[in-house]
Amino acid sequence: MSSGPAPPLAAEVIRWSWIGDHLDDIRGNLVQHVELTGLAVLFGLLLAFPLALAAIRWPRLYGPILGFTGVLFTIPSLALFILLIPFTGLQIQTALIGLTIYTLLILVRNIVEGLRGVDQDVREAAQAMGYTPARQLFQVELPLALPVIMAGVRIATVTTIGLVTVTALIGWGGLGQLFIEGFTLDFTTPILVGIVLSALLAFAADLLLVGLQQRLTPWARSGR
Amino acid sequence: MNVVHQVIAWLTDPVHWSGPEGIPVRTLQHVLYSLVATGIAAVIALPIGIFIGHTGRGTLFAVNLTNLGRAIPTLGIIILVFRLAGYGIVPVLVSLTALAIPPIVTNSYAGVRSVDPEIREAAEGMGMRGRQVLWRAELPVAMPLIMAGIRTSTIQVVATATLAAYVGLGGLGRYLIDGFSQRDLPQVVGGAILVALLSLLTELLLGRLQSLVVSPGLAQRGAEAAVRAKVQKAA
Repeated sequence: MSSGPAPPLAAEVIRWSWIGDHLDDIRGNLVQHVELTGLAVLFGLLLAFPLALAAIRWPRLYGPILGFTGVLFTIPSLALFILLIPFTGLQIQTALIGLTIYTLLILVRNIVEGLRGVDQDVREAAQAMGYTPARQLFQVELPLALPVIMAGVRIATVTTIGLVTVTALIGWGGLGQLFIEGFTLDFTTPILVGIVLSALLAFAADLLLVGLQQRLTPWARSGR
Repeated sequence: MNVVHQVIAWLTDPVHWSGPEGIPVRTLQHVLYSLVATGIAAVIALPIGIFIGHTGRGTLFAVNLTNLGRAIPTLGIIILVFRLAGYGIVPVLVSLTALAIPPIVTNSYAGVRSVDPEIREAAEGMGMRGRQVLWRAELPVAMPLIMAGIRTSTIQVVATATLAAYVGLGGLGRYLIDGFSQRDLPQVVGGAILVALLSLLTELLLGRLQSLVVSPGLAQRGAEAAVRAKVQKAA
């Protein structure tokens, strides 16, 4: 442990020239951050869909699925990442699997609630029109459940953006690497850049998803 | 698997169960930090959330606080505070407390807000005044959500205290951070198991506490609120 640093001068808290000199590194961190987040949410959706469909088909499974994903969600992220290391080492899989696991509770819950919220009359109308169950799911139920599902995707994405920074402690981290850099160099600028960019990324991703949702559900007036 | 044996050996080695760096002391430290941070956070956040929910003033603030709380990277804040204030248990505990405030504010706000207006009117109809309505009608009904917020916060603090080992805080996080710098995988994994167990145990105990303080008629609501509040923030 390094001893307490001298109080920094106000002018030293942010050194703009450092940012200018390290634009390429920062861009690289940002790209890794976006990639890890995007892949984790994507894999999360791919896993959450079958789980949610199973929970709807067999309601008895819903409790255990929520309970299990809830237990995983309760484990502190650093501990979860580390518990994966014996299996996947310090490779990117460790970060990705851990991040994906954290999206499951949010995504499964919102997909189930969204699909369950579809009006029974609408289902029956689709059946009466001769829709096969698969077509009914994809063309009727999913579009109607989309606002609730997208609300889950938004929370999962913003949460993942925060968690990605923790993977810096196991060698990844996207913008979180800037925290480690600032810590080792005893230098505030990278830490601030990392915090600000990761918060901005979270807000930008959230806005983007709201926009996407509005395009996908033009019939829905309100954002939620 | 070889690692599993090594981890079991690390966890069961009596040397690791005694002394100031032993598992009992580290666990106690972790529990203590978490209790202090969540306790202070609750004392600050509960009145704010309940005030916003009761009066309807500052709703926008409560909503924005949720979003901000979710977007801010906790590890970055811990390291920034360390960088600006130097290492000390006080700055770390202050940041843990600050990070624990948003879930309690937003959930107690949402809890009081969501009380059916008819319940409020019934309480007033029975002759209760402002304070009585709050204490005897609104708060009991809002309790599932209030407790859910405290649960979420506590779990988050336990996780963030683990991260704070990186800047020197004691507690179980030490095994994870020290183990890493010593390239001692059994210590790292053993520590991670202890941290995970502590979190799950905390969640379990708070769940029990919640069923004690929540009226049985509202138990189902409590379970739902817990899941809803939980997804507010992972750490």
